[in-house]
Amino acid sequence: MKMIHSLFLINCSGDIFLEKHWKSVVSQSVCDYFFEAQEKAADVENVPPVISTPHHYLISIYRDKLFFVSVIQTEVPPLFVIEFLHRVADTFQDYFGECSEAAIKDNVVIVYELLEEMLDNGFPLATESNILKELIKPPTILRSVVNSITGSSNVGDTLPTGQLSNIPWRRAGVKYTNNEAYFDVVEEIDAIIDKSGSTVFAEIQGVIDACIKLSGMPDLSLSFMNPRLLDDVSFHPCIRFKRWESERILSFIPPDGNFRLISYRVSSQNLVAIPVYVKHSISFKENSSCGRFDITIGPKQNMGKTIEGITVTVHMPKVVLNMNLTTTQGSYTFDPVTKVLTWDVGKITPQKLPSLKGLVNLQSGAPKPEENPSLNIQFKIQQLAISGLKVNRLDMYGEKYKPFKGVKYVTKAGKFQVRT
Amino acid sequence: MSSNSFSYNEQSGGGEATELGQEATSTISPSGAFGLFSSDLKKNEDLKQMLESNKDSAKLDAMKRIVGMIAKGKNASELFPAVVKNVASKNIEIKKLVYVYLVRYAEEQQDLALLSISTFQRALKDPNQLIRASALRVLSSIRVPIIVPIMMLAIKEASADLSPYVRKNAAHAIQKLYSLDPEQKEMLIEVIEKLLKDKSTLVAGSVVMAFEEVCPDRIDLIHKNYRKLCNLLVDVEEWGQVVIIHMLTRYARTQFVSPWKEGDELEDNEKNFYESDDDQKEKTDKRKKPYTMDPDHRLLIRNTKPLLQSRNAAVVMAVAQLYWHISPKSEAGIISKSLVRLLRSNREVQYIVLQNIATMSIQRKGMFEPYLKSFYVRSTDPTMIKTLKLEILTNLANEANISTLLREFQTYVKSQDKQFAAATIQTIGRCATNIVEVTDTCLNGLVCLLSNRDEIVVAESVVVIKKLLQMQPVQHGEIIKHMAKLLDSITVPVARASILWLIGENCERVPKIAPDVLRKMAKSFTSEDDLVKLQILNLGAKLYLTNSKQTKLLTQYILNLGKYDQNYDIRDRTRFIRQLIVPNEKSGALSKYAKKIFLAQKPAPLLESPFKDRDHFQLGTLSHTLNIKATGYLELSNWPEVAPDPSVRNVEVIELAKEWTPAGKAKQENSAKKFYSESEEEEDSSDSSSDSESESGSESGEQGESGEEGDSNEDSSEDSSSEQDSESGRESGLENKRTAKRNSKAKGKSDSEDGEKENEKSKTSDSSNAESSSIEDSSSDSESESESESESESRKVTQEKEKKTKQGRIPLTKDVSLLDLDDFNPVSTPVALPTPALSPSLMADLEGLNLSTSSSVISVSTPVFVPTKTHVLLHRMSGKGLAAHYFFPRQPCIFGDKMVSIQITLNNTTDQKIENIHIGEKKLPIGLKMHVFNPIDSLEPEGSITVSMGIDFCDSTQTASFQLCTKDDCFSVNIQPPVGELLLPVAMSEKDFKKEQACLSALHLLSKPRNANRNE
Repeated sequence: MKMIHSLFLINCSGDIFLEKHWKSVVSQSVCDYFFEAQEKAADVENVPPVISTPHHYLISIYRDKLFFVSVIQTEVPPLFVIEFLHRVADTFQDYFGECSEAAIKDNVVIVYELLEEMLDNGFPLATESNILKELIKPPTILRSVVNSITGSSNVGDTLPTGQLSNIPWRRAGVKYTNNEAYFDVVEEIDAIIDKSGSTVFAEIQGVIDACIKLSGMPDLSLSFMNPRLLDDVSFHPCIRFKRWESERILSFIPPDGNFRLISYRVSSQNLVAIPVYVKHSISFKENSSCGRFDITIGPKQNMGKTIEGITVTVHMPKVVLNMNLTTTQGSYTFDPVTKVLTWDVGKITPQKLPSLKGLVNLQSGAPKPEENPSLNIQFKIQQLAISGLKVNRLDMYGEKYKPFKGVKYVTKAGKFQVRT
Repeated sequence: MSSNSFSYNEQSGGGEATELGQEATSTISPSGAFGLFSSDLKKNEDLKQMLESNKDSAKLDAMKRIVGMIAKGKNASELFPAVVKNVASKNIEIKKLVYVYLVRYAEEQQDLALLSISTFQRALKDPNQLIRASALRVLSSIRVPIIVPIMMLAIKEASADLSPYVRKNAAHAIQKLYSLDPEQKEMLIEVIEKLLKDKSTLVAGSVVMAFEEVCPDRIDLIHKNYRKLCNLLVDVEEWGQVVIIHMLTRYARTQFVSPWKEGDELEDNEKNFYESDDDQKEKTDKRKKPYTMDPDHRLLIRNTKPLLQSRNAAVVMAVAQLYWHISPKSEAGIISKSLVRLLRSNREVQYIVLQNIATMSIQRKGMFEPYLKSFYVRSTDPTMIKTLKLEILTNLANEANISTLLREFQTYVKSQDKQFAAATIQTIGRCATNIVEVTDTCLNGLVCLLSNRDEIVVAESVVVIKKLLQMQPVQHGEIIKHMAKLLDSITVPVARASILWLIGENCERVPKIAPDVLRKMAKSFTSEDDLVKLQILNLGAKLYLTNSKQTKLLTQYILNLGKYDQNYDIRDRTRFIRQLIVPNEKSGALSKYAKKIFLAQKPAPLLESPFKDRDHFQLGTLSHTLNIKATGYLELSNWPEVAPDPSVRNVEVIELAKEWTPAGKAKQENSAKKFYSESEEEEDSSDSSSDSESESGSESGEQGESGEEGDSNEDSSEDSSSEQDSESGRESGLENKRTAKRNSKAKGKSDSEDGEKENEKSKTSDSSNAESSSIEDSSSDSESESESESESESRKVTQEKEKKTKQGRIPLTKDVSLLDLDDFNPVSTPVALPTPALSPSLMADLEGLNLSTSSSVISVSTPVFVPTKTHVLLHRMSGKGLAAHYFFPRQPCIFGDKMVSIQITLNNTTDQKIENIHIGEKKLPIGLKMHVFNPIDSLEPEGSITVSMGIDFCDSTQTASFQLCTKDDCFSVNIQPPVGELLLPVAMSEKDFKKEQACLSALHLLSKPRNANRNE
């Protein structure tokens, strides 16, 4: 297993704008195999992540309109590479606020330094953001001004201690004047609703994202009112597995800053509440170049909360030329090129249900589409975890001060699809 | 990016404007200077000047631009001499960028690269471990063969470095050197062998990586480290975990016998959806009676399980493949849930995971059946994900779920993604053949699709129907007629060919249509696709044989057309058929059998999953994904018939102890940074100072040994204190800083439950903390007493002790005579107070008394023993069904440091809920304070709950009386502490102890237990 040999960053128009080699240099021409596969796939989403070439293997990911193409020479678990590449992209995101071609080009030296630290001889070295930030400081406007005056650099002068500690995810010597710990419980409902409105499949995927700004080495315990709800959980490495196994308490020394504490699934065996319903009637007339489109959205099991941020996205069939619709609420756009209809609804008020109806113009002469398009729905419900999960308490040990604590709940639509 | 770039802009002056134009496409940074990379010589001249300037800022700027060039893939090699001079720069960022440059170009400019070597050699001796490590990293990355001996030497030295971080880098360097010069293999294996014995979690992943790279066949090197690796696994960083798990999977397949029984396979496939897992297990258990799993095999399976919860998809997949390949089949089920979880991840992860699930679901349907719906396709999935999901759905289809699935497939067939719709039709075909009950339904459904508007869908249906009909040579004349009509409209070659073949095969069943079809085809022969032409020829031949009266001429016409076709194959086929069917004088004996040859019963094609044969590749590997053996793929061997000697994995502790010879300097460094240092170094070093001692491998033996070290080693006091701090487990941070609540109870319990007496290896990393902390408590003169009978006890003891030590440690003096741990090991009566202890308030007093002594004497240690005896607070009879017990966990109280912590366990023995349990009126003697527990809202019948409270007894044995109330009743209860529970364990020297004793001689009660701890 020699792991990652080289990395190429490629933008959507096929330019290789950055390359990094951890061993001998591999020529850019190896990417031709990738371009070939990309052409064959037509759609970026369909480029196979693993490609075999005569001398190398290419493993790639597609993130934020960029391809990260890594060159591998020997057997390696592909997920290992994929996971690592995503970690690289995450790090760029974290450092530059976005993982875009422009941001990477603007910060090419930092990018290089990061890549150097993250991988040694093709094997991951430091991938924890807390450690990397000690090694290489992220760019800020203030710092770049200061640096240009003093001639100092982005590289930390103090060598990081975190890498050597037993808590590699937390940097040492953290100090805040206001000590705060926030937790966001975000739940997403994945669902497939069939034509008749019954649920084909539904489950809840949740995460708890934390933003911890606490001085020193705090040791936190987070407990839930109903931990048994969580069917399958994956943890940030900081969490003590044994405590969870025996007491169902999340006990951990947190990394500094933002991180994902856990992700969990609430099993589909439990009944999942579906907060909205859609009434729809979409029809295309045989042998006439028009069709009718009519959808109405209403609240269903919303636990008495307001449903907001509703958007409906529909990929219309290719034969649709244009749509003339009227809406009682919000606004809609139809892109005749991509055939995507987007209806931005906003909030639902139960007194007057939002609806969108009108005519669809079809290409004349073309056969009518066989299938009605699926509706992809987005929504948000504040202050509600649809699974009913509740944080019981957060205790802190190890430090004397009293932190400010906060928990926020949000429910969103995940992959929420209504078949029509 | 800076003011310097600005000054540079000024320097370069006029030429720049034109350059700007040229380079506009390659702009890397809008901030100016960066955008101007160029291979232009003049430009590089500038860079050279900047590199030679005195100002760091100019150098830095130049280096940044050079790195930009490297990133772009432009050649910057001619700057090598100018750059390499800066390798010794004081500025850390310049230095780093020079390293980047060196690693990239040293291979091309070997002679010049040698100039930098001495800098690295110097840095290798630097007192700072990070500098040593990075020097080794760069030195080993320079691919210059001439420095191989230097690298070898550096690796050897670094592998014995005290810093685990440097050792980790040494492990990385091994692979680099190996790829540079494979001749070094033998020497490198020696280093690997040494590093494999390393106990640091930091090193483990990297050294296993080196092992896999250099000598994956030397499985014998793993034996002695197997248990350690299993135990360290949870705490290794995630990337290392993947590598170790893959290696251990291979190891297990060579060292243990198969846990699978014959017929397991079958059972799994037959496993009914409704059959519970327990049944399954029971069944397999029954069958497996003669088989007992090697405890080491079990250890691996057990220790990898928590990693299924990792956030890293690669780790989860690694564990999944481990379970798949080495666990008993009844246990592999637990991986499905985690794998399904990964499907929420990004498309690349989904792709790989789905592929693996596809392979698994062929062999063991039962595993993924409960998650059937997780594989339902969404219209927004990329096509490659859709097809994989479809594949899995097909594998999971059975009589019970097929109707649901077919309904789902109906939606897919209508999908706008026609490629996917076609794949769905294939799937329906496979379901139809696999599940006899639905064959007809599927066939009807497919026939309906024949009138679909989309050609691809129709074509695919035709192909699938053809296969289905072939399998059921019953009367399907109607379908065939229908398909014959399709020939007029359908243009897809495969479909046309399929229809022709079908008509040919069944020409006797549709005697009227067949010749007509042939007539039409003869007309269009020249414009058909090659595939179709071949089938026309076949059809002609078959009709000639069965119905030569009507078709003789037609066939001959077609054969003539074929004779002059452009395609070689068709000409060939034509000649062949003509010879066979048309009788002439030259035709041999074969033509007699022409009918038999052409109209033979053909075996039905098997519709199989493309993932069927993939399982001979280890799951989760690149080879599995590509279905080709990738370079460097290591075969997973079959289980051995007879297990090799399991005793090879037994470890004699002494052997690994000798390895490290520490340098004094580094040791100090470690104690200075105690928090970050790794415990095992010290442990090792202490062991090495006493190699004469015969080690039993038991805990107590080790303690004794370290105690000896305390006397002999100069640094002992420093050492032991740093040792206290250093821990290998994840828990460390917590333990170091925490003064309050501990979960020691739970832990102590789990440790003793684990109770593997035979060796320390089977413990969790927590207990290795205990090992390291034991030094200060053990004494040199009493090793003989440490017997194995109290082994597990002492382990617990030391652990507890260590925890308390954190609270108020004061450095020990050099010649401390340590408390005699071994002495009280044998004490096992729970009531007894085995440890000298003072409550914090007493301790304060003592400190006051002790002002005269220059050395501080008190260091509170963790209790060596926690009695499990509980005292009755409220009997269930008197408490109307509410029972309460209390015990002293001997932990520092979280409610106040003068308080004694007490844990109360409340049980509800009634059959009703008991509500609002709280503490009512308190009747406390003067001075006593009490911190009550939070009221408990309700306690379910048969439920029990443990709460903790704290009472400050003012160092007296007065009784604390209070009321324990429920919603309806109040019960008076009281707690009177045994003397011992008021004390804190303390470690001090004998001299100091005597001094204390003298001071305290009046306080009979208090001094007594300290003296008499053994008697109690």
